[in-house]
Amino acid sequence: MSETEAGTAADWPQRFLLARLQNAGEVFILLGSILRELPSGVRKIGLVVTQMEAIGLGSMPLTVFVALFTGAVAAVQASYQFRGYIPMIYLGTVVGKSVVIELGPVLTALVVGGRVSAAIAAELGTMRVTEQIDAMETLGISPIRYLVVPRFLAAIIMLPVLTIFADIVAILGGYLVAILTLDVSSHTFTSGLKLYFKVQDVVSGLIKAFFFGMIIATMGCHYGLRSEGGAEGVGEATTRAVVASCLLILIVDYLLASFLFRVLFA
Amino acid sequence: MDLTVARGESLVVIGRSGTGKSVLLKHAVGLIRPDRGTVRVNGIDVNSLGEAELLALREQMGMLFQGGALFDSMSVGENVGIALREHTPMPERQIDLVVAEKLALVGLAGTEALRPSSLSGGMKKRAALARALAMNPKIMFYDEPTTGLDPITADVINRLIRRLQERLKITSIAVTHDMRSAYHIADRIAMLHEGRIHAVGAPAEIQATRDPALRQFIEGSSEGPLLPT
Repeated sequence: MSETEAGTAADWPQRFLLARLQNAGEVFILLGSILRELPSGVRKIGLVVTQMEAIGLGSMPLTVFVALFTGAVAAVQASYQFRGYIPMIYLGTVVGKSVVIELGPVLTALVVGGRVSAAIAAELGTMRVTEQIDAMETLGISPIRYLVVPRFLAAIIMLPVLTIFADIVAILGGYLVAILTLDVSSHTFTSGLKLYFKVQDVVSGLIKAFFFGMIIATMGCHYGLRSEGGAEGVGEATTRAVVASCLLILIVDYLLASFLFRVLFA
Repeated sequence: MDLTVARGESLVVIGRSGTGKSVLLKHAVGLIRPDRGTVRVNGIDVNSLGEAELLALREQMGMLFQGGALFDSMSVGENVGIALREHTPMPERQIDLVVAEKLALVGLAGTEALRPSSLSGGMKKRAALARALAMNPKIMFYDEPTTGLDPITADVINRLIRRLQERLKITSIAVTHDMRSAYHIADRIAMLHEGRIHAVGAPAEIQATRDPALRQFIEGSSEGPLLPT
């Protein structure tokens, strides 16, 4: 076995770790560039609005659909879990809280995140492999300011907005299922919903959505801009962006939940 | 490798596919940083510049990419005018006039509303050229300007490049393996071979060369010291 072959077999854990760290480092560098260009990027209102339409309006039908079924399932399964020992008055409470704290922000982010980070990675990746990013730089225009920042801003604005819609529709879905199929009266459900309602629950959900928006945009842009090698490279970048977004959303969800519910709003 | 281009000169770098001609060009604009050595534009080391200074320097340079690299999310007019919009306080109407002027210069008058996807290869290159010229750069870089074009369109591009260089006194560096194009647009031709400048000279000198490698390349022969890549 040659020296390099032996090295390859033995040290793949180190090389894997090194690759992950290098990737993470590049993401932080990108985040740094985004934050630096944020003030000038905010002035390009037209670009931000275009991205908000693409991300927000474009994702609305999907969000509403997913939310409706999320709320419906939450009601059905909660009622099954309660039957016999927890009064049905708490059905509304539990559906409301679980939607607003977790299901709304997280499922919306996973579903929208998949769609949006893939689209961003594909668009920026195609621009990268057709030298459009290079062309932009030679024209003296910063691709971070022109392409990345508008998408970043649009995502951190639209994810909370989409989450609000998702919360409303999901609770509505749970409500409809409860009164139509679970033998729960409208009054029971809505009083349960109001019973332990706390504004901080909604705020926590929206804080989560804000960070999820950051993740979605950053992953899409990071993997898109690093594409190489033509169509295959763009395809790979798209897949990586979606996988990374979903994983990070779940990890950050746990971290935020720990911070928000054990420290901030304890 | 040691290469100097004088102001107002037109240098063409020829060489086989894969020798690093495009990479050389990208070093010149600062898109790639060299591992060793320096790139100087107007005496300033390109790689010592901060991002803002580099972007400012690039306003004086224009580059024509091999496929045009037009932004497909925008129309032709928006492509050509983008640098003006981003770098100058020029009002919209004036930008429209400049865009129309640049498009007319490359023979694409009236195409502002077209989208890049509906353009032919030659039209894409010409539109990209108009975009690169929008800020009246002093230095132009051309990456394989005629590659992939039919002979007639290639000649149109060659004449355009030569005319721009003579009329506007633009310094130009082009990279190509199209010898006919090289002879047409160059004041000097340099051959890049195995990472070195193998030969430099005026078109007439190059055409009359006795160097076997250079001879083989310019005649386009598969027989000689250069092996197929």
